[in-house]
Amino acid sequence: MRRRSIQMVFEARQGHPGGDLSAIDILATLYFGVMCYDPNVPHDPGRDRFVMSKGHCTGALYTALAGAGFFPEDELSTYLKPNSRLNGHPNRTYLPGVETNTGPLGHGLPVATGIAIAGQINAAAYRTFVLTGDGELQEGSMWEAAMLAGHRKLDKLTAIVDRNQLQQGARTEETNSLEPLADKWRAFGWAVFEVDGHDHAALLGALAAPTAGKPRCVIAHTIKGRGVSYMQDQVGWHHGVPTAEQYAQALGELTLEEPDA
Amino acid sequence: MSGSPAPLVGMFDCRDAFARTVEALAIENPRIVAVVNDSVGSSKLGKFRERFPDRLVNVGIAEQNMVGVGAGLANGGKIPFVSGAACFLVGRALEQIKVDAAYSGANVKLCGISSGVAYGELGATHHSIEDIAWLRAMRELTLIVPSDPAETAAAIRAAAAHEGPVFIRISRMPVPELNHTDPFVIGRAEVMREGSDVAIIATGTLVHRALAAAAALADLGVSARVVNMATITPLDEEAVLDAARDTGAIVTAEEHVVRGGLGGAVAEIVATRHPVPMRILGFDGFQPTGAAEWLMERAGLTADGITRAALELRNQRQA
Repeated sequence: MRRRSIQMVFEARQGHPGGDLSAIDILATLYFGVMCYDPNVPHDPGRDRFVMSKGHCTGALYTALAGAGFFPEDELSTYLKPNSRLNGHPNRTYLPGVETNTGPLGHGLPVATGIAIAGQINAAAYRTFVLTGDGELQEGSMWEAAMLAGHRKLDKLTAIVDRNQLQQGARTEETNSLEPLADKWRAFGWAVFEVDGHDHAALLGALAAPTAGKPRCVIAHTIKGRGVSYMQDQVGWHHGVPTAEQYAQALGELTLEEPDA
Repeated sequence: MSGSPAPLVGMFDCRDAFARTVEALAIENPRIVAVVNDSVGSSKLGKFRERFPDRLVNVGIAEQNMVGVGAGLANGGKIPFVSGAACFLVGRALEQIKVDAAYSGANVKLCGISSGVAYGELGATHHSIEDIAWLRAMRELTLIVPSDPAETAAAIRAAAAHEGPVFIRISRMPVPELNHTDPFVIGRAEVMREGSDVAIIATGTLVHRALAAAAALADLGVSARVVNMATITPLDEEAVLDAARDTGAIVTAEEHVVRGGLGGAVAEIVATRHPVPMRILGFDGFQPTGAAEWLMERAGLTADGITRAALELRNQRQA
């Protein structure tokens, strides 16, 4: 999946590879280890929902959705091409598997909260997952939703924070610090788990642990650009396109990392 | 000034029709829910809450979240009526209205309550007279401005039956029940009075004033058509073109600024497809504190003001 998302960015000459690579283990865990869905019935009322609040990381999202069977993997090569369904930011009216359109930050958690409230009213069994950036938590609308979800004890709602420490321009803690982040979520009434966001077993454990009637927050500690040496933890790779040489190096490094992929 | 104003006999607050209709729909359809921003009272949804406590979602004072939650409820199969004061719902949550509702094509019904200058004395922060312009820029968002209680009720029912995002601009300024010639249909203008010398195209609280103006104009020998443009998006372009062709002069009237509202919408059609002289009646910018009716008079948004504008247009044409 890492290789495929880097290939998409390389071929499209645009994208957000750093965030794609920090989020991709989380997406892989959700789509291939946690969520219940049928890609042939994308609007099944009982499906688990995933909302990509950090909507710019479509390289990772589309790789996951294709792998999950929502559309053919061949279509990934149309990423960002004119009229492609694979828009720069996800669009539910173009592509099955996308629950709501995102792109501007601060939208996903409120919508996911509404989905979870609908489930609460219906006493439905489905779960709602939302992946947020860490810099995105500087948006006030996220905390409006966090407050409501805690108040309503939405225990079928899970927010996963891609805590890669970097936002577009600099480190989050240098820009407008988020810490103590776990305490903030706890104060809003959430059960908080902190894990290595590249450790699938740890993610699975945090996503399954009981929350005593509270919404779940998983702070996934990740590395932006994870798996590609020159991108890792580098603010300059929020968006950017590798040169041919860099691309070959990235594929080589990612092959070593994922020999069975 | 002190004491209560005299009761307005035969005049109605459209919020009552809104609340009554949402309650009636909720009885018929379990998918109907209401979402409010601590606005149960101002949206008159107290009875709804008593009857359906589990189907009223109060997000507190958080309009961005309110619209996002509404889109999420629609994703979960609900038909949410998201209701709050128009000034805050539109101004504060405009990006959520764009992205979560309009661009996502979510089945959300947004109800802007107490729109226009209804909160007259509270000042320009609480006036919602820019909202039509902001919302009209999105073709993908159906935008309805009902003129009286019956049309408000019909618009709420039509919105519930329509698959997709709808914004309904609801007034609290007292209006009379009008004698409608046609049932309300989204996207269809209603010719409420025929006329050949000038057409008055009005929306919302200006429709009854336009009818009064047409009656006054008739006494002066001027035959004025009155078009109730209850749907702003999609605009009934044919009704605009008919008015331009048949009368050759158009006055528009709305409880909104003169930039980008109904007047702008009509002018876009008239200027590009059948140019005729126009007058656009509305507010010219932020308004001071003062009673709503005083603000309306000051801006010429009265039967007299519309009559004057129509006469000026006719005189200009004859000159």
